[in-house]
Amino acid sequence: MSGLQAYEKIISAIASADIGNINLMEVCGTHTMSIAKSGLKSILPGNIRLLSGPGCPVCVTPDEVMDAVLDLAVKKDVIIVSYGDMIRVPGSRRGITLRSLSGAGADCRIVYSAMDAVKLAEITPEKEIVFLGVGFETTAPGTAAAVISAVEAGLKNFSVLSLLKTVEPALRALIAEEGFNVQGFICPGHVATIIGENGFRFLAEEFHIPGVISGFEADDILVAIYRLVRQVEFGRAQIENEYTRAVAADGNQAARQAIKEVFEPCDSLWRGLGMIPLSGLRIKEKYKDFDTEARFGIHIEPLDIKTPCRCGDVISGKADPADCPLFGSFCTPEDPAGPCMVSSEGACAAAYRYAM
Amino acid sequence: MCLAIPLKLIEIEGNEAVGERDGIRRQIRVDFIKDPAVGDYVISHAGFAIERLDKEQAEENIAAAREVEQVLREMSAQ
Repeated sequence: MSGLQAYEKIISAIASADIGNINLMEVCGTHTMSIAKSGLKSILPGNIRLLSGPGCPVCVTPDEVMDAVLDLAVKKDVIIVSYGDMIRVPGSRRGITLRSLSGAGADCRIVYSAMDAVKLAEITPEKEIVFLGVGFETTAPGTAAAVISAVEAGLKNFSVLSLLKTVEPALRALIAEEGFNVQGFICPGHVATIIGENGFRFLAEEFHIPGVISGFEADDILVAIYRLVRQVEFGRAQIENEYTRAVAADGNQAARQAIKEVFEPCDSLWRGLGMIPLSGLRIKEKYKDFDTEARFGIHIEPLDIKTPCRCGDVISGKADPADCPLFGSFCTPEDPAGPCMVSSEGACAAAYRYAM
Repeated sequence: MCLAIPLKLIEIEGNEAVGERDGIRRQIRVDFIKDPAVGDYVISHAGFAIERLDKEQAEENIAAAREVEQVLREMSAQ
């Protein structure tokens, strides 16, 4: 059977399922992109709606945190080190980003790995190196390893601003929201690599919501959708693993151990979801010399920020990108107002690139 | 950011390793892989190997990663 015939067969099986209208949500920036580029939404039957959940780490980082980052970037002798996407994210002051501040004399560097930030600290002892630790369970182990390396190297000029978040508390908060209307989750394959199939079992066991762990190719996602549809059709709720080539039932224990060594759960502020108890990871007291918040006395408080940007509604599945009044006019990838447009993995950027 | 790529380990020294794909070499860490060996395929995410893959699975993933990178290149060229 050719690939195309296989696709058609799966899609007709999805279309023939007697399930009415359902919403399925992915919670991974790479899934968002893969769905957008493949045009999956347009080939699925109209009763299946795909939503992008809070799965892009840049998109869930709130204005309050970006304001703190941007304030730090203009301090003398500070070098902000970050993964690429963070460079273009504004805070509550539109137009001010790490990139725009770089043009005005701030020193911001893009790295591929947290270890690059440690190396920079080693060769630049006269500067304070602040690494923006952003991401979910997938980047947390590497960030932990960077802190441990900095300890071993005896560095006095390296710290991590932990913006790390964990997936389970966010999904729980989302499920608890009024009007929550999702019948199945396409679970993120790379987070599952770390937390294992077991990390998603609560969805089925406590909430009777099916989940399928999926890889990032369009056909992985299509198969995941098919399996979710089957579960909904037969009233089942299980965690299935479509991404068996990388995900073990128990995940990667060594990686989880590294997270546990350096970080502990803390309350964390999410764009669109607000403060979620124990959904973030902060650096333990034992490593406080490497904690940017402790080092610079930073306290991030929720603000009452009024903005027409609907990124928050987009990542909680309440709005499509096109429902936002700014989308495509006052907010484009070239001049983004909100993080869902900044990040190439954001729902708005994906919708803009592939639909406009 | 969450995009992880499959690489073949061609050099290992302690927790530092060199991963290779399509002739491109990348310095990665293998802290989280038990007994890594030269010739193993791993999924690398933000500079760290997060899981080992068997050879066939890795080749499948590599083909998919090429496709995604092609799209990213087209996007950034726009």
